[in-house]
Amino acid sequence: MKMKMLVLQIAAALLFCAAASALQAQTKITWWHAMGGRLGEKVKAIAEGFNKSQSSYQLVPVNKGNYTETMTAGIAAFRAGKPPNIIQVFEVGTATMMAAKGAIKPVYKLMAETGAPFDPGAYLPTVTGYYTTTDGKLLSMPFNSSTPILYYNKEAFKKAGLPDRAPSTWPELVEFAQKTQRAGYPCGFTTAWQSWVQIENFSAWHDVPIATLSNGFGGLKTEFKINSPLHVRHIGNMAKWQKSKIFDYGGRRGSGQAKFTTGKDCVMYMQSSAGYAGIKRTAKFEFGTGMLPYYPDVQGAPRNSIIGGATLWVFEGHSSKEYRGVAEFFGYLSSAAVQADWHQFTGYLPITTAAYKLTKQQGFYSKNPGTETALLQMTRAKPTANSKGLRLGNFVQIRDIINNELEAVWSGKKSAKQALDDAVAQGNRLLRKFERANR
Amino acid sequence: MQQRAVFSGKLLPLLLLLPQIAVTLVFFFWPASQAIMQSVLQEDPFGLSSKLIWFDNFIEVFGNPDYLNSLWVTVLFSGSVSLLSLSIGLFLALQADRIVHGAVVYNTMLVWPYAISAAVAGVLWLFLFNPTIGIVAFALARLGYDWNHLLNSGEAMTLVIAAATWNRVPYNFLFFLAGLQSIPKSLVEASAIDGAGRFSRFWKIVFPLLMPTTFFLVVVNVVYAFFETFGVIHQITEGGPARATEILVYKVFYDGVIGLDLGGSAAQSVVLMTIVIALTVIQFRYIESKVNY
Repeated sequence: MKMKMLVLQIAAALLFCAAASALQAQTKITWWHAMGGRLGEKVKAIAEGFNKSQSSYQLVPVNKGNYTETMTAGIAAFRAGKPPNIIQVFEVGTATMMAAKGAIKPVYKLMAETGAPFDPGAYLPTVTGYYTTTDGKLLSMPFNSSTPILYYNKEAFKKAGLPDRAPSTWPELVEFAQKTQRAGYPCGFTTAWQSWVQIENFSAWHDVPIATLSNGFGGLKTEFKINSPLHVRHIGNMAKWQKSKIFDYGGRRGSGQAKFTTGKDCVMYMQSSAGYAGIKRTAKFEFGTGMLPYYPDVQGAPRNSIIGGATLWVFEGHSSKEYRGVAEFFGYLSSAAVQADWHQFTGYLPITTAAYKLTKQQGFYSKNPGTETALLQMTRAKPTANSKGLRLGNFVQIRDIINNELEAVWSGKKSAKQALDDAVAQGNRLLRKFERANR
Repeated sequence: MQQRAVFSGKLLPLLLLLPQIAVTLVFFFWPASQAIMQSVLQEDPFGLSSKLIWFDNFIEVFGNPDYLNSLWVTVLFSGSVSLLSLSIGLFLALQADRIVHGAVVYNTMLVWPYAISAAVAGVLWLFLFNPTIGIVAFALARLGYDWNHLLNSGEAMTLVIAAATWNRVPYNFLFFLAGLQSIPKSLVEASAIDGAGRFSRFWKIVFPLLMPTTFFLVVVNVVYAFFETFGVIHQITEGGPARATEILVYKVFYDGVIGLDLGGSAAQSVVLMTIVIALTVIQFRYIESKVNY
């Protein structure tokens, strides 16, 4: 038995070698990505689609673990002189990648050098805006972007005698939550990614700055502004709601999702639009989506929400032939058909206007109600300096500083004002450190 | 009187020691020297620019209240884990040592948790105590206790200590059991005949004779609690809530691997290395002198 397996393995290896040598004529392009499970399968399918669409290049996708692991692996490979051609990096790594001049080749440069057809105007500005220089040049290719929306439990709403729609403002959300609590649901809402949703997107949605210098787009001397009266008011409210369970904390990232999907605890949930498929799979009840709530007395609210997700960065140090292949792949990836399919399959946003239109034409949104909410929320107003996105160094660590401070608020150890002041002080220290290291 | 083998010449002993020396050089001295070097540099993650800043990284580490908090958390966590896993291991070994029938079954079952890696142990405990879907949390809620280690730092600490201890007890159990079985029965029997009760038999005869084992285990357990508990913390709390379970080694990993702050992380690992070396030296100097082999 063992022997048989061994023989089979050798045969497979030989076959693989033969196939590989047949492909020698093709230029190999490696793509390190962080998409596991079903998303990983989809990435493979996209690569296969590209390989079939032409014969000069062979794109090889390799999963390198989660976002942080992939980024660390890429950096280590670069230090060892063997970087992949393309690497997927999450949005908070943007400032780090940008600062690595000489390690990465900006997309606009890649396209200009290879002469590949490239129209920056074809992309959705709210998606690309996060990844451009201050004068609008695209640095990395958007791949998977999403934005937080509000999910609500339709059955619970019905039982509480509420209308079949998400609350549009925070006062309304409180009112809805109290009614569902009276109808027997212990918790009003919970949130995933507290820093991303309740601080970063909260700021953009209310058109208030997260940090000075246009949220960091204007330079490295940026400082945090998340202890403004509006921020303190919102976080203070959430602390109050935590006591009455109008809000109930469920942990970092998406670990509180079960509070919503069991259908017995929280009736509303703020989570990425890309969480749609996962929620649909686990929730045994009908649910709807709505835009994030806002405070109606804040001028200029609601504006537009900002994105999260990841983009593809191109490493320096490869042959011009490989760069032509990368450029061609980016063209393929941006085509309306590939984008529309990716968007509909995953819940991530399409990156081009054409893909958005195509999805609409195919009747996807009317067949799957609630899937368009994220796009409407993203594109409802022209982004301002406060709602274009953010570009802050060391942001991976800063997000966890915010996580820690918010946890101290939810547990009643610190007041909202104190915690946000502390987050600003610690965050600024890391921003200065980043400034020093990248001067 | 110990018998010593005497080798003539220097080549053979050197040759025999070579593998060990090589392993130590490659896996200890080389990385340690790298860490020391990195700790005095300020470098971007890609290694494109690097500047010698001497002790700035260390000054920053000690000026950071989070680091001092982490130090305290580590003392509490490591102390509790070592003490608990040692005493539970000893207690179980004493019970298992007295079993006449089916000892193998008991011993095997008690050793099982050791076969589980720290990361998996963490996940197991996490699922049991998850405030929303955990079965133990559910049972506690039935009894009227609202368990939420995501917000309550005391509960978070209790949970990680319990998980790390559970994972470690089998190791201590094994060594204690072996230690107990090497104590000559005649000694214990003689003292029993002289009228010593079970209590004084343990404290006057068994415990002193176990000292070499205990000493070895203390050293190894402290090192375990400092370093190898990483997986448990990473899976269950990620250092939260609000840094309540952020032990030193987790902070080193976090700042270095996730935060990509190589200099700061290296400085912390140098400090951590110094602490553990100091602890081990103290143990050998002051405790070993009280141990009779």
